[in-house]
Amino acid sequence: MGLKLLLEKANVPGIRTYDVYRREGGYSAAEKALKEMTIESIVEEVKKSGLRGRGGAGFPAGMKWSFIAKPEGVPRHLVCNADESEPGTFKDRYLMEFLPHLLLEGLLISSFALGSSDTYIYIRGEYAWVADILEEAIGEATKNGWLGKNILGTGFDCMIHVHRGAGAYICGEETALIESLEGKRGNPRIKPPFPAIQGLWMRPTVVNNVETLAAVVPIIKMGGDEYAKIGVGRSTGTKLISACGNINKPGVYEIDMTISVEDFIYSDEYCGGIANGKKLKACIPGGSSVPILPANLLLKTAKGETRYMNYESLSDGGFATGSMMGSGGFIILDEDQCIVKNTLTLARFYRHESCGQCSPCREGTGWMEKILQKIESGKGEVSDIDLLWDIQRKIEGNTICPLGDAAAWPVAAAIRHFRDEFEWHINNRELSQTSNFGLQHYADPIHVPA
Amino acid sequence: MSEQILFKVTVDNITIEVPAGTTILQAARQIGGAVAPPAMCYYSKLQGSGGKCRTCLVEVSKGSEKDPRPMPKLVASCRTTVMDGMEVKNITSEKVVDARAGVVEFLLLNHPLDCPICDQAGECHLQDLSFEHGKSGTRYEFQRRTFKKHDLGKHIQLHMTRCILCYRCVFTADQLTNKREHGILDRGDHAEIATHIEKSLHNEFIGNVIDVCPVGALTDKTFRFKNRVWFLKPMDAHRDCPTCSGRVTLWNRGDEVYRVTARKDEWGEIEDTPDGKPGWICNTCRFDKKQTTDWVIEGPREISRHSVIAQGHYAGNIGTTKPTETFAAINDGRSPHLLMDIHSESEVNQPNVHLGENEGPSNGATFNNNIKNA
Repeated sequence: MGLKLLLEKANVPGIRTYDVYRREGGYSAAEKALKEMTIESIVEEVKKSGLRGRGGAGFPAGMKWSFIAKPEGVPRHLVCNADESEPGTFKDRYLMEFLPHLLLEGLLISSFALGSSDTYIYIRGEYAWVADILEEAIGEATKNGWLGKNILGTGFDCMIHVHRGAGAYICGEETALIESLEGKRGNPRIKPPFPAIQGLWMRPTVVNNVETLAAVVPIIKMGGDEYAKIGVGRSTGTKLISACGNINKPGVYEIDMTISVEDFIYSDEYCGGIANGKKLKACIPGGSSVPILPANLLLKTAKGETRYMNYESLSDGGFATGSMMGSGGFIILDEDQCIVKNTLTLARFYRHESCGQCSPCREGTGWMEKILQKIESGKGEVSDIDLLWDIQRKIEGNTICPLGDAAAWPVAAAIRHFRDEFEWHINNRELSQTSNFGLQHYADPIHVPA
Repeated sequence: MSEQILFKVTVDNITIEVPAGTTILQAARQIGGAVAPPAMCYYSKLQGSGGKCRTCLVEVSKGSEKDPRPMPKLVASCRTTVMDGMEVKNITSEKVVDARAGVVEFLLLNHPLDCPICDQAGECHLQDLSFEHGKSGTRYEFQRRTFKKHDLGKHIQLHMTRCILCYRCVFTADQLTNKREHGILDRGDHAEIATHIEKSLHNEFIGNVIDVCPVGALTDKTFRFKNRVWFLKPMDAHRDCPTCSGRVTLWNRGDEVYRVTARKDEWGEIEDTPDGKPGWICNTCRFDKKQTTDWVIEGPREISRHSVIAQGHYAGNIGTTKPTETFAAINDGRSPHLLMDIHSESEVNQPNVHLGENEGPSNGATFNNNIKNA
């Protein structure tokens, strides 16, 4: 069994309630942080732990915390980003549903470290029942003196509010989330100013993912240095991976980032191999917006080294032959899956979720979807592939927020690695409507000079 | 007053000193000419505007004197402030030219290109932009999105099909009027400008949304289809208005006032009044005062843009020169009797009918007579 820090107690009956959680040693980290530690030492421990943001970008959490402006007399805020809408990602839901008090404990410690007396959980509207669970947990914590006024006699006040989103993927972007939380249309803001300077109601704000904030609890418990010893390189600690697709055992797994991708897919402890005895075709390793990888590049890097489940190894080779850890939404595609259809599905999602604020994303996502629809329905031309490539190139990096990039990357990677499948679709119009390209031949990995 | 801190910034190899807090776009506009990036959504008089259309993207090749690293992505020059020693590449950067052509293509993707029947034609920023930075032809082969036309009150028509979602009118309605009734519905490529459940807008200053609209999405119903802007002569005029500054541009043909707009500067933005406030005008001035007698005319307005409006009206004054060739020189020494006569051959002016020989006004009968005589 791999090391478990977050999900260690997830299977204890009744862990959702305060009494059981407390009996299992819950809130001891909060007690330690509030009573024995100073604000500076908590931030220092998180910095030492090397904890990287678990929402997708992987930005060091301690660093983010140290950027927060501390002007005199202006309240600061911590916002927990629970708007987990990335297709393929469902780790936060699991965490909040089964261990709501773990998140609250992490939020309490983090709020104390950041000086936030009003902390918000922005939860996606579709997680309605999870929001209820969180609200119940907040009620219990308040009753037992972990939230509210003068917590543990330290003079620190903290209240956690649950805010339900209205079902927009874009509100997972931190500035759009802040706008939405303020009651406005969820359009991303233009940065700078960054939220650490002017965030919620123009006050200094830190926005962190659910898993990041929950990971603060084991960091405080074991100390930043100990936490940093887990994992490898700059990928410290444990990571929740939500595995789905054509595998035998879909679900949320906690890994310590030293395991190889091959082990993760085929070992019985984790995914348990490809379902129905099929062969692995491709994988989207970090949620729908990261580049898709063909099986040959997924298991080994372009240099022939084993690929591991961590930030560095998954992004080895850049976008030419690598991908990203992203949010940990691990989607496996078997030999029966059509890459063109898969890319179309993703493009449709991004077209639907674009906020429509800046032109490349608003117009480009719709255009890409229409072209992919055309190819998928057997009406494509070979020139459409080059056109798609040109469109994604003009979207990427030219938009206000990363949604433009997120829409461009899957299309780019699909063309980069599966161009022959696209061409097969175009050249075999009738056949492509009834049968599948299958595994026949991958595009060979692009040669990378050593 | 404390001494103003000046930052040195270089745009396309031209260095200029600007006060701290100036945006790259404003600095480039101070240099002027082709160095100034185009802007479709940014409007200096509107707080919070800009950053959306991405036409003003520039490359920052050197961040500042202190931190000379280049910025990794192209940045929106309208919302990025200058740093001391910053070096910016606009038209000298291939990346920028390429990205801008892409943005123009995206903006035109769902635009109906109905310029021949659009009232904005001739003073449309999207026309200028696509002429200067776009490519001829489109690679888009699907149906364009369309919307129904809506009336925002008695005088303004909203034609969403032409809209490029620059949000300028939203900011205008928000910042000039008290109640927030005008905004964006839906998201993505089906987002649309709308009022709260198709309400009409009755604010005294709501007409200004027509002036800020860079395309023909918001048009003046008192001027719709009345005339083309390039046939009209813009005249500066003012009146003693109790609600606004009363400083306007009249668009005349002969003695007839076809429309009234606020005065716009060379970037298409509303000019400030002498006391330094933006010169927004009220609906009464814009829609109701359509008689020359309502106004004190100050004189012809200089149109400094390279716009079609400038063509031929005030030659010499605005950079265009009076043609040196005479009609006689063009027509082999034959001077025309009527303007129509300069064509060697046409349906009306048949070569065998010499209009110059007619006495007085001609009608069908004279034509027929002439043909018989010939």
